[in-house]
Amino acid sequence: MKYWILKHRFLLMRRMTQLGILALYIAGNSYGFHLLMGNLSSSLVMKHIPLADPFAVLQIFAAGTILGLDVLIGAIIVVIFYLIVGGRAFCSWVCPMNMVTDMANWTRKVLYLEKIERKVWLGRNVRYWVLGLSLILSALSGVAAFEMVSPISMLHRGIIFGMGMGFAAVLCIFLFDLFAVKNGWCGHICPLGGFYALLGRMSMIRVKHNQASCTLCMKCKDICPEKQVLSIIGKESGAIVSGECTNCGRCIEVCEDDALAFGVRNYISSASEK
Amino acid sequence: MSNLESKKIVISERRKFLSLMAQSVGLSALGGMVWTGYLQEAKSAPLILRPPGARAESEFIRMCIKCGQCVSACPYNTLSLAKPGDHKPMGTPFYIPRQMPCYMCTDIPCVPVCPTGALDKKSVSSQIEGVETLDITKAKMGLAVVDTESCIAFWGIQCDACYRACPVMDSAIKLEYRRNPRTGKHAFLIPIVNSETCTGCGLCERACVTEKAAIHVLPLELAKGSIGGHYIRGWDKADEKRLEGISTDVTTHTKRSEKSATDYLNSGEEMFK
Repeated sequence: MKYWILKHRFLLMRRMTQLGILALYIAGNSYGFHLLMGNLSSSLVMKHIPLADPFAVLQIFAAGTILGLDVLIGAIIVVIFYLIVGGRAFCSWVCPMNMVTDMANWTRKVLYLEKIERKVWLGRNVRYWVLGLSLILSALSGVAAFEMVSPISMLHRGIIFGMGMGFAAVLCIFLFDLFAVKNGWCGHICPLGGFYALLGRMSMIRVKHNQASCTLCMKCKDICPEKQVLSIIGKESGAIVSGECTNCGRCIEVCEDDALAFGVRNYISSASEK
Repeated sequence: MSNLESKKIVISERRKFLSLMAQSVGLSALGGMVWTGYLQEAKSAPLILRPPGARAESEFIRMCIKCGQCVSACPYNTLSLAKPGDHKPMGTPFYIPRQMPCYMCTDIPCVPVCPTGALDKKSVSSQIEGVETLDITKAKMGLAVVDTESCIAFWGIQCDACYRACPVMDSAIKLEYRRNPRTGKHAFLIPIVNSETCTGCGLCERACVTEKAAIHVLPLELAKGSIGGHYIRGWDKADEKRLEGISTDVTTHTKRSEKSATDYLNSGEEMFK
């Protein structure tokens, strides 16, 4: 049991943060406990500190509006925060969709779908195209384009303010990830993840690899939802620099050889870091 | 055989890159068109009532970040965020007066919390002794409209439910007394809405006693007419002033108006050509 907790420590912490944040929002909006109000699009911490989804702000800006100071400050705070903890830390530590797609992945494993599934081709760069497209369409249609269709917003807004038919969109993502493409939504399409991946290219806290201790068991690559980021495993020591790494910590947990750990990126000599 | 081999197309890195890019751009254009089609449909919902201070619909929908802070701030649970299936622009705040109207709180808690300015504090404030003070009576959420056929006051039954429910009493809804010719000795107490002071809060719609409300709030752009600039109240000196400085030469110049009107009317044969 203790071993199991050790081997899932980051997963458990992530679930606690994801659920904790949702619980705080629900408490803030429905029960008058005003630590966190609003939702993931924009919120107010302790009634004073504004937070805002920088990608939503960017879309609204593309749609042709300069917003109030509150959201701009909120968006900057969020950008700085994720520049520190890792861009896509949002995806694995905050986004409620992560629980849905992880559930799809788990079901996939239980049903042995990997071994017998049809191959559907979908590139990992699609998210950046969708990201660009949402900004262009925001400009063309005069409304934040992704925010109008985002299943993530439907989910978190639904949990906090009432779901309606939103569960259908969430079910679509689940089925897509389960039957069409592994990590299809989070790892291929989601432009919000794409946005945070761009931030992640410069972010501070990274997973670091120590090649000397690696025994090439490849458990990390097996568990990673973004395998392409682990290209240095067993080849060289250093930080996982790709922004697509979500800092979920699953690779660190499964590693039996102490070859992976969270660390601070060395900005100055990252090229020569060996 | 050798002929076929010589015709083999060599795909260079450059060609590969260019065709892959062309493919991505093409697919994006395809996706973009479908997406835009949905957006154009989804963002247009003329039958929606917004919180007080909301900017014009097209601007509101552009600025609203869908955070729901106005919804949480409302002490009466009047507002809700549009869910998928509500057939309203997704995630934006609205209210349905018959279910829960706006109670016109004097401190308007829903407006100052708006982080983006989609709810404009200025539009619901007035200058009192040089200080900008929140003033809910300036809100323009909609306009109450009476269906005279289903309003029982028009039958001659004394009902002033809407009149008494109105927070801007005796101004937004006035009762007009008319003689009831059917009985010869009673009065109609007819509710008349003034579009200048009605805020669209919907307390009247909520209070209406008929099965489905005979008075209901419609969004302003749907309920209100517009006179246009060319009608002037001649009896109103301030309105009359609009005539000053306007050129008196307002003759329409057409082929027939080359001659003066009398000439043209007298030349009979030309008229019937």
